[in-house]
Amino acid sequence: MTPLDSPAIKKNMSVSAIMFTVTLALIPALIAQIGFFGLQILGNLIIGISFALILEAVCLKLRHYPIKPFLKDGSAFLTAWLLVISIPSSTPIWVMLVGLFFSIVISKHAYGGIGSNPFNPAMIGYAVLLISFPKIMTNWPSAEQFDFNNFLNFSQLFSMFASIDIVDGIVSATPLDKIKTALFLGEPINNSFSIFDQFNAYQIMSIFYLIGGLYLMIKKIITWHLPVFLILSIFVFSFILHQINPDVFMPSLFHLMNGATFLAAFFIITDPVSSPTTLRGKIIFGVMVGLITVIIRNFGGYPDGIAFAVIFMNIFVPLIEKFTQPKVFGYE
Amino acid sequence: MNISDKIFKFFGGIKPEGHKQISTRNPIKRLPLPKELIIPIRQHVGKMPNIVVKIGDRVLKGQILAEPVANMSAATHASTSGYVKEIKPMNIPHPSGLPDHCVVIETDGKDEWIRLEKIDIKNISLSNLLEKLKHSGVVGLGGATFPSHIKLNANRIQTLIVNAAECEPYITCDDMAMQEMTQDFIDGVNLIMHILNIPKTIIGIEDNKPQAISKLNSVLGSSKNIHLKIIPTVYPSGDEKRLIYLMLGVKIPKEKRPTELGIQVFNVATLISIARFINYGEPVISRVVTVTGALGQPNNYQALIGTPIQQLIKDAGGDPSQEVIMGGPMMGFKLPHTDVGVTKAMNCLLAVTDEMKSKASTEMPCIRCTKCVEVCPAQLQPQELYWHAKSKQFEKLTDDYKLFDCIECGCCSYVCPSNIPLVQYYRYAKSEIREQAKSSEIADIARDRNEFRLFRLEREKNERAERNAQRRAQVSDEDKKKLIEEKKATIEAAMKRVEENEE
Repeated sequence: MTPLDSPAIKKNMSVSAIMFTVTLALIPALIAQIGFFGLQILGNLIIGISFALILEAVCLKLRHYPIKPFLKDGSAFLTAWLLVISIPSSTPIWVMLVGLFFSIVISKHAYGGIGSNPFNPAMIGYAVLLISFPKIMTNWPSAEQFDFNNFLNFSQLFSMFASIDIVDGIVSATPLDKIKTALFLGEPINNSFSIFDQFNAYQIMSIFYLIGGLYLMIKKIITWHLPVFLILSIFVFSFILHQINPDVFMPSLFHLMNGATFLAAFFIITDPVSSPTTLRGKIIFGVMVGLITVIIRNFGGYPDGIAFAVIFMNIFVPLIEKFTQPKVFGYE
Repeated sequence: MNISDKIFKFFGGIKPEGHKQISTRNPIKRLPLPKELIIPIRQHVGKMPNIVVKIGDRVLKGQILAEPVANMSAATHASTSGYVKEIKPMNIPHPSGLPDHCVVIETDGKDEWIRLEKIDIKNISLSNLLEKLKHSGVVGLGGATFPSHIKLNANRIQTLIVNAAECEPYITCDDMAMQEMTQDFIDGVNLIMHILNIPKTIIGIEDNKPQAISKLNSVLGSSKNIHLKIIPTVYPSGDEKRLIYLMLGVKIPKEKRPTELGIQVFNVATLISIARFINYGEPVISRVVTVTGALGQPNNYQALIGTPIQQLIKDAGGDPSQEVIMGGPMMGFKLPHTDVGVTKAMNCLLAVTDEMKSKASTEMPCIRCTKCVEVCPAQLQPQELYWHAKSKQFEKLTDDYKLFDCIECGCCSYVCPSNIPLVQYYRYAKSEIREQAKSSEIADIARDRNEFRLFRLEREKNERAERNAQRRAQVSDEDKKKLIEEKKATIEAAMKRVEENEE
């Protein structure tokens, strides 16, 4: 302690503690995911996180940083978690590892490590995979029912090693995929299937992401601005489109409950490093990510567009911050 | 005078553990007279006063040791009677660790006062009063040590705000002083109101001081002009600008002083010392010091200025090897030396606790979580200040991010999950910027000088050339005449010789 090392007291909250709380908030949705899709996702997480931590350690070593405190910050752990749950659990292992490599090595360490990455690492990995392997990325295993047996079917745990390609027959499209296909074929969407007659796996998981997100807000890990404005934005813009032509554009609730809306709102765009720090900046960022997502979902080539919307808006963060600096006390 | 009860909550702030009750269990204590007092000569912001005693002199309690030399200066007094043993640079309680001039008094145990004259406040001119105050040694005892007579040279003050917030954890000296010297405190308020003709006073006190609040309420009764505002315990509510906002909802604009908006702020201990001086003639020779932290019996002491702090720490159950912070845990600094005397600025001695020692130290990169933004009472962007301080972009710091509005309260460092010592970065940047400003000032002067030198050289050269030309002009005329005459003479002489030869 030097004479001027004030303050002498410190609130007990570390980066590791923040990352731990975020992980805790992700667990309910993980349990739902296992219930619907099987234990495979857990195996993927174990493999993916281990690989990510090894990559992180190697990068730290090469960059002459102390390994232990930086591994403990949990950022590689969380990035890996978010990427692994975002891709179908039937994804071949090497595909997943390619995504992790881009997340950890290219989008983070190549830009100067934690705190210096302009783009959301998990979303970079996801976007690379979505562009490179579109078929694999959009084919989720079919899941109509929550099955407790899934928790005990340990044979699934590391089934990714069994095949290097997806097995036909157990795969089905997500609701967003179905809509995209129906639109592509020119079928009126309301005739293709009914969307609210059951809570499918994706909607249940969305609800759990929402619950996890609210927990993070209560714990004051995240503030409400980014999630609320993203959700509001998706709601409002898809509402407008649905009002214009209900045969082509799905209603707001559909867009909220499907795809990565709640996952992104609470766990992706709340990544502090790559999002704006100012209050008005957060509002602009949330609204714009929502708008771009709605545009991609309804007019673009991909069923879900949040990853692209996030990366796109990451580019604008320095500019947004420059023009949204709040007034300093006494300058009003 | 109608005063609104509304509390205007300021942005940000933190709520650290108070640790106040450990030092408020017993009344304010007095130590027996120390054998020696080490009294630093300058204990205020401003000019070093002029020492008027010499080694071997007998001094009385309250006698002036050093006279103020300018308006921005204050007197320093002997805290008890005795002999001047030494006058020399010694360690003082200052973060720089550099020594400064001190007077060492060997006490004689008689504690003999000078003749004290109280001031007839009703029949004294303001200028006389201010002159007397300048010689009373009254300075801001909240820690800033700004000479009080300067603050009393103000016009059209509408509101006196009393800073009784005492928002730093651990410190309880104002709390205890308000409980035990309630009348002196209220006298001080009334005297200031009288001197500056102020119609109303608001005392801002944090709600963690229930005894002081009830004591004040009973003394104030149904006073119409003095209003007690009880504010929630949030650090740093005792910061002047934050307190003014809490009380009045007025944000002091950048580069304005509270007095320009008709507001003057005084601290509790300062008001008590003003009352003691005016009502009893006593100069500032002691103050209440909270001695707390990792000690057996934390306590408050009415300590003579110059009391060796080790005696206080020992009495409070500590030992000399302990690290000690002067001030609170948020803004205080670790004393580089503990062989120093109590000063007017010393509101608290805080023995460093194990919790403080174990403060996590691995500094991690900033992840822009903006926890610091949420707590910054100056509404700055601490993460941007950090980023630009680290990359030495000083212009951005001052122009875009208003570094100099940072009050160094430490809220940002307190909450930073990456353990970044943010305040140190800001202090470093501030001193670098001041240094640059100073050196650019020096550079400006040097450039001016050089330009003037070149100008002077040029001018001298021209003058010299002109003079030479003139001289040449003058000289050549004479020379020409001479030459012509010489030539003429030679020719004439030759002609003569020719003529003579012909003859």
